[in-house]
Amino acid sequence: MAKKPKNKRRDFLQLSTVTLGAVGTAAFIWPFLKSMSPAEDTLAAGSTEVDISAIEEGQSITIKWRGKPVFIKKRTKDEINAAKMVQASDLRDPQDDADRVQKEEWLVLVGVCTHLGCVPLGQKVSDMKGEYDGWYCPCHGSHYDTSGRIRKGPAPKNLDVPPYTFLNDNTIKIG
Amino acid sequence: MDKNRKVHQFKNPVLNWIEFRLPIISYFKKEYGDYPMPKNCNYFWSFGALATITLVTMIVSGIFLAMNYTPHTDMAFDSVERIMRDVNYGWLMRYIHSNGAAFFFIIVYIHIVRAMYFGSYKYPRELNWILGVFIFLLMMATSFLGYTLPWGQMSYWGATVITNLFSAIPFIGEGLKTWLLGDYNVGNATLNRFFALHYVLPFVIFGVVGLHVAAVHVHGSNNPDGIDIKTNNDSVNFFPYMLIKDTVAMCAFGVAISAVIFFGPNLMAEVDNYIPADPLVTPAHIVPNWYLAPFYAILRAVPDKLGGVLLMFGAIVILFVLPWLDRSKVRSCNYRPIYKWFMMGFFVNFFALGYVGMLPAEGLYLLIARVGLLYYFGFFFIITPFVGWIEKPSKLPLSISDVYAKNIAPNIGGGEKGIPSPAMQKDTNL
Repeated sequence: MAKKPKNKRRDFLQLSTVTLGAVGTAAFIWPFLKSMSPAEDTLAAGSTEVDISAIEEGQSITIKWRGKPVFIKKRTKDEINAAKMVQASDLRDPQDDADRVQKEEWLVLVGVCTHLGCVPLGQKVSDMKGEYDGWYCPCHGSHYDTSGRIRKGPAPKNLDVPPYTFLNDNTIKIG
Repeated sequence: MDKNRKVHQFKNPVLNWIEFRLPIISYFKKEYGDYPMPKNCNYFWSFGALATITLVTMIVSGIFLAMNYTPHTDMAFDSVERIMRDVNYGWLMRYIHSNGAAFFFIIVYIHIVRAMYFGSYKYPRELNWILGVFIFLLMMATSFLGYTLPWGQMSYWGATVITNLFSAIPFIGEGLKTWLLGDYNVGNATLNRFFALHYVLPFVIFGVVGLHVAAVHVHGSNNPDGIDIKTNNDSVNFFPYMLIKDTVAMCAFGVAISAVIFFGPNLMAEVDNYIPADPLVTPAHIVPNWYLAPFYAILRAVPDKLGGVLLMFGAIVILFVLPWLDRSKVRSCNYRPIYKWFMMGFFVNFFALGYVGMLPAEGLYLLIARVGLLYYFGFFFIITPFVGWIEKPSKLPLSISDVYAKNIAPNIGGGEKGIPSPAMQKDTNL
C-alpha cells in the first residue's frame, strides 16, 4: 500500500512529460504549416485603377487584379432589363441585379467560374455567351446571365463581385 | 545482445564480415535469391518488377531534369524549352520522364488488374493491397504535381481545376485551397511548392514500395490459380528463374517505351501545353492526362460540385475496402464462373470511363459517363458482395503441381474446360 502514492507521482510525471512533448511538437509544426499560407507581399497585392472612358456600350474589358481576371462591362439597356426581369427567388444563388452593381450600366465581376476556377467565355464578340447571353464556362458548361449570376450548369454560386469604387465617372478602383 | 545468434556463413570472408555486423547479405539471399515463387505465375507477375524499374527510371531522369529546371512562373516554361533545345540530351531526359509517367500508369494499371482478377487482395494479403492503393494515390498526386511544372496552358488550368476541387468542401474549402496554393490563385508560390513536393514524393513512394514488397514476401506471391504453395514442387526460386523471366519482360517493355520515346514522344501529350500559361485565358477544352481520365469522367458525370468531388475521391477510396467487400474465399476469377464476367465488365467500364473523360461532357458522352459511374460503384457495393454469396465456384486444383498434371494429361476424362460445371449452368438461371 505504501507504494501507491509513489506510483501516482510517477504517473503524473509521465503524463505531464508526454503532454508537454505533444504540445511542444504541435507548436513546432505550426510555423511550418503557417508558412504555406499566402505571404505578406501576396496579401498586399492591393488595388488597381482602371480607366473606363473608352468602353463603349455593350463592350467588356478584362483586366488583371491580384492575378485574377476581372470583367468590366458596360451593359446595354436590353441587358440591364434582362437582368432586372429575373425573380431572385428563382435562382440557385438568389441575388437581385441591384445588389450586384453600383451603377446600373457598369457590371464588375471576378472572371473566375465558381465551379472549378476556369475563365468563362463571353468577353469577345465572337465568344459563346451561353443560353442567358452573359458568360459561358467552356470547362464544365456553366451558364451565367447578364448580371453574372449562375443559371445553368454545375457552378454553385454567382460570379463574385470584387470590392470597387468609382473614383470619378471615368475611373474605377478595384480592391 | 544475443550472443547465441546464429550467423550465416558464406564462402567469401568479406560477406561474412558484413553479415556478422549487419545481416543484410542473408536478408537479400532470402528475399531475392531463395524466395519461392509459385511456378505457375505468368507474365502478369512481371509487372511489379517493371513498376519498380520504371520508378527508378523516373527518379533518375527527374533528378537530371531538375538540374536544368527553374521553378518560377516567369522562367519555368522557357527552362523546359531550353532543356529540349540546348541541354545535351535534355530532350531525351524529358521524353523519358514524360512518357515514363504514362508507362508507369499503364504498368500499374495492369498490375492492379492482375491483383483484382486473380484475387491477390484477399487473405492474407489485404495489407499488401492497401499499401498498393496507397502507392497508386501517391502516384496520382505526384503525376499531377509534375504536370504543373512545365507551366503550359494545360499545366496551369489543370492545377487550377484540381486545386479548386478542395473549395467544394463546406466551410473550410476556400481556406484550405488558399493554404494549398499559397495564394488566391495558382501562382509562383504554388509552382514552387509543387516542385518541392514533386521532388520528394517519389522517394516516399519508394519507401512504401519497400513495405509493399516486404509484405508480399511474408506470405509469398499469389498465382493464376489462387492457391497456396504446399510443397517445394509447387515453386521455383526467385533466382535465377524469376529474375530471368522479369528480365525478358523488361526487354519487351524497353522496346515498347523506346518506340514511343523515339518515334512518337508527344503521342500522349496535349498540344495546349506547348502554349505558355496564361491566367486570363482558359483553353477551350481542358483535359486531364489520360491515366487520370476515368476519375475525371466520374467528377463531371455528377451535376453537383461537392457530389462530383466526393464520388471522384470515393472511387479511389473504395479500393481500400475491396478485400472486405468480396466475401468469396476463392481468389482466382478463373474459378469464379459468374464474377469473372463482372470483373471483365469492370475493366471495360473503367476503360470506357477513361475514354469519355477525355471528351466534352455532353450528350451521349455524359450518358456513358453516368452509366459507367453506376457500374463502377455498383460493382463494388452490390455485385462483389452479392456474387460472392450466390456463386458456386469451380473445383480448385489440389495443388499448383496438380494444375500441370491436368494440363499435360490428354483430355480423356474431360477437363474442366470441356464440361460445364454446375456453377456455369446456374449462371443461365440468373
